[in-house]
Amino acid sequence: MSQRVDERVAELAVPPGTDEPDTEPNSKRPPRVLLLLAVLACAIASIPLVYLLVRVGSSGLDEIVAVLGRPRIPRLLLNTVTLAVSVTAASVLLGVPTAFLLARTRIPFRGLFTVLAALPLAIPSYLAAYGWLSAAPAMQGFWASLLVLTLVSTPYVTLPVMAALRAGTTGLDDVARTLGRSAWRAFWLGTWPQIRPATLAGGLLVCLYVLSEFGAVALFRYPVLTTAIQQAYGSSFNRNYAAILATVLVLLAMLVVLAEQTARGRARRRFGAVTGIARHRIAGLGRWTAPAIALLAVVPAFAVGLPVAVLFARLFEAETLRALDPAELGQAILNTLLLSIGGAVIAVLLALPIGALAARYRGRLVRAIESLGYLALGLPGIVVGLSLVFFSLSVLPALYQTGFVLAFAYGVLFMPKAIGAIRSATAQVPTSLEDVARTLGYGRMQTWWLVTARLARPGIFAGALLVAVTAMKELPATLLLRPTGTDTLAIELWSRTDVSAYGAAAPYAAALILVAAVPAFLLSGAGRGLGRGGAS
Amino acid sequence: MKDVVVGYGAEAVLCGVSLEVPDGSLVAIVGPSGCGKTTLLRTIAGLIRARSGEMRLGRRMVTTHGIHLAPEKRRIGWVPQDAALFPHLTVAENIAFGLGGGRRAARRAAREDRVRHLLELVGLSALADRTPAQLSGGQAQRVALARALASGPEVVLMDEPFGALDPLLRGELRTEVRALLAAEGMTGILVTHDQAEALSIADFVAVMKDGEILQFGPPEEVYERPATPWVATFVGDSVFLPGVWRSGEVHGALGALTAEWAEAPGDTPADETRVTVLVRPEQLELTPSRPATGFAPDHAGLAATVTGVSYTGHDALLQLALRDGTSVTARVAAAGLLPVGADVVVGVRGRVLAYPNAG
Repeated sequence: MSQRVDERVAELAVPPGTDEPDTEPNSKRPPRVLLLLAVLACAIASIPLVYLLVRVGSSGLDEIVAVLGRPRIPRLLLNTVTLAVSVTAASVLLGVPTAFLLARTRIPFRGLFTVLAALPLAIPSYLAAYGWLSAAPAMQGFWASLLVLTLVSTPYVTLPVMAALRAGTTGLDDVARTLGRSAWRAFWLGTWPQIRPATLAGGLLVCLYVLSEFGAVALFRYPVLTTAIQQAYGSSFNRNYAAILATVLVLLAMLVVLAEQTARGRARRRFGAVTGIARHRIAGLGRWTAPAIALLAVVPAFAVGLPVAVLFARLFEAETLRALDPAELGQAILNTLLLSIGGAVIAVLLALPIGALAARYRGRLVRAIESLGYLALGLPGIVVGLSLVFFSLSVLPALYQTGFVLAFAYGVLFMPKAIGAIRSATAQVPTSLEDVARTLGYGRMQTWWLVTARLARPGIFAGALLVAVTAMKELPATLLLRPTGTDTLAIELWSRTDVSAYGAAAPYAAALILVAAVPAFLLSGAGRGLGRGGAS
Repeated sequence: MKDVVVGYGAEAVLCGVSLEVPDGSLVAIVGPSGCGKTTLLRTIAGLIRARSGEMRLGRRMVTTHGIHLAPEKRRIGWVPQDAALFPHLTVAENIAFGLGGGRRAARRAAREDRVRHLLELVGLSALADRTPAQLSGGQAQRVALARALASGPEVVLMDEPFGALDPLLRGELRTEVRALLAAEGMTGILVTHDQAEALSIADFVAVMKDGEILQFGPPEEVYERPATPWVATFVGDSVFLPGVWRSGEVHGALGALTAEWAEAPGDTPADETRVTVLVRPEQLELTPSRPATGFAPDHAGLAATVTGVSYTGHDALLQLALRDGTSVTARVAAAGLLPVGADVVVGVRGRVLAYPNAG
């Protein structure tokens, strides 16, 4: 009897479908060089955070207590948290039904609506806010921020949930129905557990996005932590105040990441065993078709359609064209491209060892390194910007106010996106190919270069492109770190919204959308993995 | 050729495995899922580090006392289950990949000859410029084999090379691989969970269970003299019956059977020892009994009734119930099939094996 139990245990340890596991990740110790490189990358990437903490730590307890005791602090915290929570809730409420309609119903023009659902990602929040403001200058405060941020961040929920629905099965719903549950109850028992991790991950992304949001809330004059940090930095007589606020913001973001990790970990343990062929029913909509289409159209129309329409209407006004300096515009486009490509290169260089390690090896150390790599997800751009200002001023004054520091900030900020892309691209290369290359006489590095990197190249390239696109639209860190006189599209756009010269900003907004649209178009194939890449 | 003692991992997957493979022979490692046979193969290849023990390929020591020769230096050929052809290379380039990438220009000429020869060997000359995506499963497996042979390895390791193929192709490729290895004079080690495949292809069979090799020997020996009852069941259908040993015979439900002691050939246990005998279903001879004659079954046969039939085409397995209620299985040619409920007389052909009772 005991023998039979052992056999069954042995079988349980084997993934279904294969006779024996293809790889024994637990048994393979990662090569020391790779481990070292990954640790080094993590160390470099955590410079901003560590330096911030060091600086705050050295400012003394009295000062920290004094700063936190200021009467504005509770108000800022409350505003930040309220906005983050409401936008997250609203995005989930909008995103999950959208994903369901796109993945599980017979909606007309499904392909078109799927593309449209991802489109708001291409619009930076400050651009959407600016579009709305030029249409309705009276918009201000919490409700305006809630509206625009929800519109812009809904795709962060829609995309991963849609992917989960596509990969999932309705088999469990069917079983629940045959066991006498109602359709809703069956969805709750069968499908919800399958999409719960994706919903959580999407919700996390939205929440972090809102915490680090700067442009839109500043335009709508809604005081939150990020805008307060920017103000404190600008008024420059007490920079410790800015640093302490930044630390509070980081702690808040880390709290969110931690909460999501715990929730998802539990979800995976409980529902990890959902197996079977992923087959699902597609429901007909009948008389619900019209309302469904309306729901699908609402987000892209208000997030993208309205601001873009307003901008282009302004663009062709005579006054705008007269004010435009083509040389300045061209210089801004060039700067934007150079800086964002530099950021992409740095992000990929930092992410390569971490992604390669995470794709191939397991274990506590590897997991720790990977989590460290994703740390930047919880680092708002303004925090990285602020910290690097301090760092370059006091440690590497030669680099202060150079493009390199800004590109480095982009690299650190968007490294998680690159890690996600590199990790999944590497994981898709079967390890048996590497085994074969090894037995054919190729060393580890040669194998990696000739086989793994060669096959993962498209995915790695897509990751770099994704980083570049995101970096083009980055605002708060760019505001703090740009070398004087170097203006990017985002900066030009921002400086013109400041003086309410709405028309003058239009050409820069249009250029930003177009420049970012080129790589986005290139990415469209890989774009589907976008939500997941950032979330995992 | 080598002497392997391997244990690895936090929990040992292989607990002290020893195996010596004669040069130029083809060895099949069989065992149920998760018994460690793939792990063993990967350890030989150097893809897994052995925890302790030592391993020799030919006269070269490849693993000893924590020293581990990297897989790329072991001169082995590796054929994985999924063929694992490099998708970015053509068939010819896949094979040439095994000839080394350095100093491409210098080696090009030799390489082309060698590649052409290998393509001919596996009968795929016409497909040299195809990409792996355009190949069928059998063709991909052949390319993988050619690639493994390209560098002239001392040993070719095959991990379930026919696992993903349909039965007809599998049989065909099996014979080809055997012939190819013999022609090149290479030693082959093959992992499979299909005992029939192992028995039919290999010069030697190693039966594994729970990280241990239970038996190693030529196929006939493994089938006819299995080391343990478990090995017997794993390599073929078996009937086990309790009995009592009395001077070279075992007395049990099938009467007195001429028996051999499985523990040590030539040796015998004491009389009256309780034993378990192994009878292969094909050792049972059935004759339809004719109740009309009233002929009582004698010592040469026992009366039984057919209780179930499992038909496989060329033959069939019959479930029989003896008069005393014991159930046995017999293999008969399908042509002489008996219906359920038929009365038969059972006889036993040849010698049976007796095992000591467990515990």
